[in-house]
Amino acid sequence: MFPLKSYEKAESVDHAIQLLQDNPEARPIAGGTDVLIRLRDGKTGYDHLVDIHQLEALRQIKTDEDGTLVIGSGVTFSMAMESELIREIIPILSTASETVGGPQVRNVATIGGNICNGVTSADSASPLMALNTVLQLEGPRGTRLVPIAEFYLGPGKVDIGQQEILVSFRIGEKDYKGYYGHYHKYAMRNAMDIATIGCAALCKIEANQLTDLRLAYGVAAPVPIRCTNTEQAVIGKPVNRDLIREIESLVEKDVNPRTSWRASKEFRLQIISELSNRVVTQVIEKAGGRIE
Amino acid sequence: MAVGDRVDRVDAIAKVTGKARYTDDFFRPGTLVAKYLRSSIAHGRVTGLSVEKARELEGVEAVFTYEDVPPIKVATAGHPYSLDPAHADVADKLLLTDRIKHLGDEIAIVVAENELIADEALALVEVEYEEYPALTTPEKILAPDARKIHEDSSNVVGEHQYECGGKLDEAFELADLIHEEQYYTAMVQHVHLENHTALAYMDDLDHIVVISSTQIPHIARRVVGQALGIPWGRVRVIKPYIGGGFGNKQDVILEPMVAFLTSKLDGQPVRLTLSREECMLCTRNRHPMDFEVKLGMKEDGTAVARMVDVISMTGGYASHGHSIVAAGGSKSCLLYPRMTIGYHARTLYANIPVGGAMRAYGSPQITFAIESAMDDAARKLGVDPVEMRIKNAARQGDINPFSKLPISSCGLVECLEKGRSLIRWDEKREDYRNHKSGKIRYGLGVACFSYGTGTYPVCVEIAGARIILNQDGSIHVQTGATEIGQGSDTAVAQMAAKTLGIPVENVHIVSTQDTDVTPFDTGAYASRQAYVVGNAVYKAATELKQKILDYAALLTGFPAASLDLKGESIVNITDNNTSVISLNDLALSSYYDKEKGGQLTADVSHKTTTNAPSFGCTFVDVAVDIPLCKVTINEIYNIHDSGVIINPVMAKGQVEGGMAMGIGAALSEQVLIDQETGRVHNNNMLDYKVPTFTDVPDIHHDFVETVEPTASYGNKSLGEPPIISPPPAIRNAILDATGVAVNELPMSPQVLFKAFKSHGLLKP
Repeated sequence: MFPLKSYEKAESVDHAIQLLQDNPEARPIAGGTDVLIRLRDGKTGYDHLVDIHQLEALRQIKTDEDGTLVIGSGVTFSMAMESELIREIIPILSTASETVGGPQVRNVATIGGNICNGVTSADSASPLMALNTVLQLEGPRGTRLVPIAEFYLGPGKVDIGQQEILVSFRIGEKDYKGYYGHYHKYAMRNAMDIATIGCAALCKIEANQLTDLRLAYGVAAPVPIRCTNTEQAVIGKPVNRDLIREIESLVEKDVNPRTSWRASKEFRLQIISELSNRVVTQVIEKAGGRIE
Repeated sequence: MAVGDRVDRVDAIAKVTGKARYTDDFFRPGTLVAKYLRSSIAHGRVTGLSVEKARELEGVEAVFTYEDVPPIKVATAGHPYSLDPAHADVADKLLLTDRIKHLGDEIAIVVAENELIADEALALVEVEYEEYPALTTPEKILAPDARKIHEDSSNVVGEHQYECGGKLDEAFELADLIHEEQYYTAMVQHVHLENHTALAYMDDLDHIVVISSTQIPHIARRVVGQALGIPWGRVRVIKPYIGGGFGNKQDVILEPMVAFLTSKLDGQPVRLTLSREECMLCTRNRHPMDFEVKLGMKEDGTAVARMVDVISMTGGYASHGHSIVAAGGSKSCLLYPRMTIGYHARTLYANIPVGGAMRAYGSPQITFAIESAMDDAARKLGVDPVEMRIKNAARQGDINPFSKLPISSCGLVECLEKGRSLIRWDEKREDYRNHKSGKIRYGLGVACFSYGTGTYPVCVEIAGARIILNQDGSIHVQTGATEIGQGSDTAVAQMAAKTLGIPVENVHIVSTQDTDVTPFDTGAYASRQAYVVGNAVYKAATELKQKILDYAALLTGFPAASLDLKGESIVNITDNNTSVISLNDLALSSYYDKEKGGQLTADVSHKTTTNAPSFGCTFVDVAVDIPLCKVTINEIYNIHDSGVIINPVMAKGQVEGGMAMGIGAALSEQVLIDQETGRVHNNNMLDYKVPTFTDVPDIHHDFVETVEPTASYGNKSLGEPPIISPPPAIRNAILDATGVAVNELPMSPQVLFKAFKSHGLLKP
């Protein structure tokens, strides 16, 4: 039993926006794996719900004519794991999806919810950051396109209006073609857990030179982050052990983990630096690079 | 022969088809829901409480506060009543209180039409506190100016000290090596699937019926009577199927409250079901313990002396209190019995969640300290840890230095030899010499344990069994032994079938205990159930069999001494076992013959006055990832001497479940308590790290089957023991792999991080 005051089932994205406009206290619910827990805990602000779960318009996975991969916000982690298109174009997102919760959670929890929840530990966030994903939002005043890095405003805070719906994630061809990626979730358990640190890397190698690197972390700062200084310092360099060591030493300056009862800052830094080594090594090897 | 066979669980089909009924499956129309108002502080006093708004809310039936409950303090521990007041449990718990002793202490209770209304009402209650500093560590609790957590008691709720097997100072004189070290084990939780839940109603003006998820229905009946100040016979406790207990339901937690509520509400049914968060915060836990161990060894690895000084924290209430650390200490004396042993233990009240019974009752903590110290010493002496244990291990006929009684059966040395061979100890030890550097390192570990079977001579060991011959020649067996998932019902069916000589399929078990009708037994704990009920079943089955043969003699004219029961017939053993009458015909005659016979039954109560020692060990092979501070178990074995194995499939289930719990306690599980405030960070399933299916490796086990002479079927404890030795074995394997002695549980990544850093394995 949940202490709900109102519940409306949206028939379409436009209908959902209308329902949100009609009730300023309402907020959307998709898979409900975050919202229902908060409601059960008696947190305020979750007792008026507009249900957008299983809206077909939000569950598509396709490529546009210009090669942009479009993933609906209502795509569940199970769908992302099983999608041939995602596994072919951005396998990093399938891998990351496999690490979320357990099968029951993955069957209902959506990628859109994972991102709109605004938490730094979201397993889909760092891969989507590394992919330079753009978010498409719809609201009463039309469409907005927001790069994911700008979407995060602070812990639990994202750039979405009360009357807006996140419709899809858009990943341009230039951001996935020729890239090799890997996501490593470091947690206290192998399943049913929250990331202590999440690390996503994508790279491109030509003639054993690192022509591009995107390194992103979850839980390394109040919001998911990209290690832009590290990336800039190493792009263009030849692939070798020194490069890995350089990345491992630079990455600490890009991150800002905090001490909580879940883990200390020092411990998180240890994991961040070791994962930069292991995950970057792995993507370089996937891309055919040779670390001599 | 039914005993020793892979008999299917008698409740398997009912459980997998959902037909088995648990406490929450008992519906009664108009059932009200109760919810506690719990303290939001860990230590203090309620200075103001306003419940009027909650009382006035529509749908609220009643609100009771600490002012409304009987002024009777009870002991909640699931122990038998003690005739000797000096040995009685500490009675320190009121139904509700204004004196807050731990986070979540119970101040008031709301009874409403449903949970949502109850929650809404709770939010309307206003509480004011005077808050005291939270006493969460031995230093704070034992400080001279520390406030008394219970006004009428010292903060030391129990203390005892002894030496056995010689004079300790003389024994230490003989040692070539003295090893001294401190060890610590964290508070952990049972996390049984079914949370605590109970329902009560009255079916007469003075008869209270309680249906509860409990391991100890007959004890619960007595404690409800005590708590309400009413004759015990007015209380009826029914225990249906139960979704796990692991000791947390060897405590009387909800039953007195639901009984109180229904008695105040004219007998209306009231249900009290804890949420997972409440269950993890406000029931019972494994006591955290601090150890100082001093171990004296000869150069050749012979253990000569051991002194253990331990502080155990029982939290806000005594519950099982000092019994835990006392039991763990005495049972550990069996392991290496030819040395001199000293023990000093104190149990402290603390403003942390309450400690109580949990699988293996103090032994996991003490064994972690002892077996870690043994490996530390082996390393210093340069002797093989397995050889050293074999040298010191208990053998049949050794005198238990604590009880001064001979060890009646013991296969510990054989367990060690079997485990060493199964894990290929010598071969891998050689191989792993080359894997002690780099990021991933390999190691092997071993640890042993000793345990008891039941609680005698500390407590009475009483068990009852009633067997009835049905009209169709089958039997019904009713025992006070409670099935809590461990397989007690199936073991009872096998035992009865064996002694009577009938097929196990012809045995029906009454699984539910109902204190109005069930034979008396104090319940499932201390790995006693199959041992003590076995003796009662043997007696009852033997008695019934004699009655059957006597009646057969009457019907057939053959002397009873020449007859036996085999399968479904009475046979003449002097004439090639030819059938003289079928059991079915005999049964029909016993019921329906107009002149002779009568229902054939046996109804016995038996007190067991022995305690069988059980033994075993864990062997484990680990890989330690130094930079990621993670341990992977490559291979793990438990080898047990639990006497005769009644049912190999159920035994496997007990061993695998216990080992998985042990692995959790070793590597990830811990109730995280803020030392400043006494708040608990992780009373939920996300943050309390019970291993998942993917975290537990393939688990292997084997048995060394001795025959225990004091058990009617040769069996000894197995329910609890598998949890004991995995943590120290894993700890010793990490030591072997890395050279780092981790002296605390759990050995979680954060603990390993600190240890690896201080040993220079990671950059400072």
